[in-house]
Amino acid sequence: MGRGQFRRVAERERRRIAFLLDGVETEALEGDTVLIAILTTRAHLRMAEFTEAPRAGFCLMGACQDCWVASADGRSLRACTTYVAEGMAIVTRR
Amino acid sequence: MNTRVAIVGGGPAGIRAAERLVEHGLSPILLDEAPRIGGRIYQQLPEVRGFRRDGKALYGFEAGKAEDLHAAFARIQPQLDYRPGTTVFDIASDRLITLGDGRREEIAYDRLILATGAMDRIMPLPGWTLPGVFALGGAQIALKHQGCAIGHSVVFLGSGPLLYLAAYQYAKAGVNVAAVLTTAPWLGLGANLLGMAAQAKTAAKGAYYVAKLLSWRIPVIGSVRPARIMGRDSVEGLEVLVDGRLRQFDCDAVALGYGLKSESQLAELAGAQFVFDRAQNQWLPEIDDHGRAVGRDGLYLAGDGAGIQGADAAELRGRIAAGALLQDLGIALKDAGDFGTLKRWHRFRVALEQAMPFPSHLAADLPDASILCRCENITAGEVRAAADQGLREINRVKAATRLGMGRCQGRICGIAGAEVLAAKLGVSVDSVGRLRAQPPVKPVPIEALAGDAP
Ligand SMILES: Cc1cc2nc3c(=O)[nH]c(=O)nc-3n(C[C@H](O)[C@H](O)[C@H](O)COP(=O)(O)OP(=O)(O)OC[C@H]3O[C@@H](n4cnc5c(N)ncnc54)[C@H](O)[C@@H]3O)c2cc1C
Ligand code: FES
Repeated sequence: MGRGQFRRVAERERRRIAFLLDGVETEALEGDTVLIAILTTRAHLRMAEFTEAPRAGFCLMGACQDCWVASADGRSLRACTTYVAEGMAIVTRR
Repeated sequence: MNTRVAIVGGGPAGIRAAERLVEHGLSPILLDEAPRIGGRIYQQLPEVRGFRRDGKALYGFEAGKAEDLHAAFARIQPQLDYRPGTTVFDIASDRLITLGDGRREEIAYDRLILATGAMDRIMPLPGWTLPGVFALGGAQIALKHQGCAIGHSVVFLGSGPLLYLAAYQYAKAGVNVAAVLTTAPWLGLGANLLGMAAQAKTAAKGAYYVAKLLSWRIPVIGSVRPARIMGRDSVEGLEVLVDGRLRQFDCDAVALGYGLKSESQLAELAGAQFVFDRAQNQWLPEIDDHGRAVGRDGLYLAGDGAGIQGADAAELRGRIAAGALLQDLGIALKDAGDFGTLKRWHRFRVALEQAMPFPSHLAADLPDASILCRCENITAGEVRAAADQGLREINRVKAATRLGMGRCQGRICGIAGAEVLAAKLGVSVDSVGRLRAQPPVKPVPIEALAGDAP
């Protein structure tokens, strides 16, 4: 899976929680956005429509809309403005 | 009947506007997309145990102001109808259409203050859609709000004061800052001194960040010409021209931003007129000195959403716009607006924009294959081809190419797209027009839109 794009440099003493990322149990910290939770373990977030090139979001403030992923039950989530929760199931592959 | 006043935006401008209204006996509705107030600069940590950093660590020199603003909100909150986590995605003449917690709601208003803030202003370069390239403001949010760096070794590329501030904050947090590169000549520090003197303290802080970066032996280089970001599936480095010579910097992340652009879509839907502001090189809603929207009664604009002037000015502009609203209601003001200080901020901003301008000149040389619109993957070449077919107006180019038609509504590509078109046509950027805003200004589920049918 390789290393994460993001690196934690502060606020590491939060409660650890587990969520499912494409079916694999993955660790995050309580208070992480979905984007942070994914990019601290992976190099990208999703594949772009049309080109299938990897993308990882851009603005982190809910403006560019380049960070949409889905929950396992099919709802779309904007990863940079949604907080991850214990047991959440996220799908980045279509 | 009580006048219903709605404020959109819980940053410095929105909160100071709300405060002044409450001081005069009103109980406004305050809506903000974010879960907690503070806006961009004074954004608070998530409300979760275990976050440790204090105000000094988060806000640096501005810690006192952040604390004041948060305290002001706490004081007035009982008098507010505060709706956090609520996105306003459309505006009709008398009501806001909102989405909060997945639910659509219509909120009626008589008078409206928009304090929607700003976002990064982007000029693309080849490779900018690679994972690892983030907006400069986004890089700062990762650090401030989440304690994360966007990479292990980061290049900061762009212009404007936030470039040095964010790079300083990263270096201070122990991140390897590989370089700070700006298109501005003289690092943007050779500014019109009179303008800078208008807000000498703020100018001094900017110089302080640059001096610190240099003292940590971080390369800080001006007058660069960005060439490309390298890498296949992620960032591996960056190439720029310095004095005409190609220089490479190894890095796994790039923070990119050339100043800010106003978040003005809602103002347009609410009926504001727009004018092209030469100093800021962008279209802005037209307001009078008090923040009243020209040509639209009952609409007021405050803060960076109505032209970039920074956080301190945003607080003043919030109070001033609230004052205009109160006067229009025939309510006598208990205090005066601080117009003198605001004028100084305005002079300072003009000097800053001159010293650290948006690099319009790069648009002409952006390679045809380079992606301009990251939602729809539209290249610079496609926009130029549209120009070759005789299209000279940005909305017609949008219809022909889909530039700016994607989910971000042209927030990211709009300015650069217009520059590429103008450069190709050999005309000034204002003469190609302005991308029009369309509801919903942010994507919403289809069920929420359904209610919008006539
Ligand atoms: C990412 C970023 C980082 C910045 N960091 C700094 C900094 O460190 N130092 C500095 O001096 N300046 C910084 N700035 C500049 C900043 O714009 C101003 O200094 C200041 O925050 C402006 O205050 P404001 O009240 O006008 O807007 P903001 O503080 O931006 O607040 C606007 C608010 O409106 C809300 N909003 C917008 N649209 C909607 C909508 N459709 N529905 C509901 N709510 C909405 C937003 O959620 C936000 O909370 C930053 C700007 C950005 C974009
Ligand atoms: S990263 Fe831009 S909207 Fe999420």
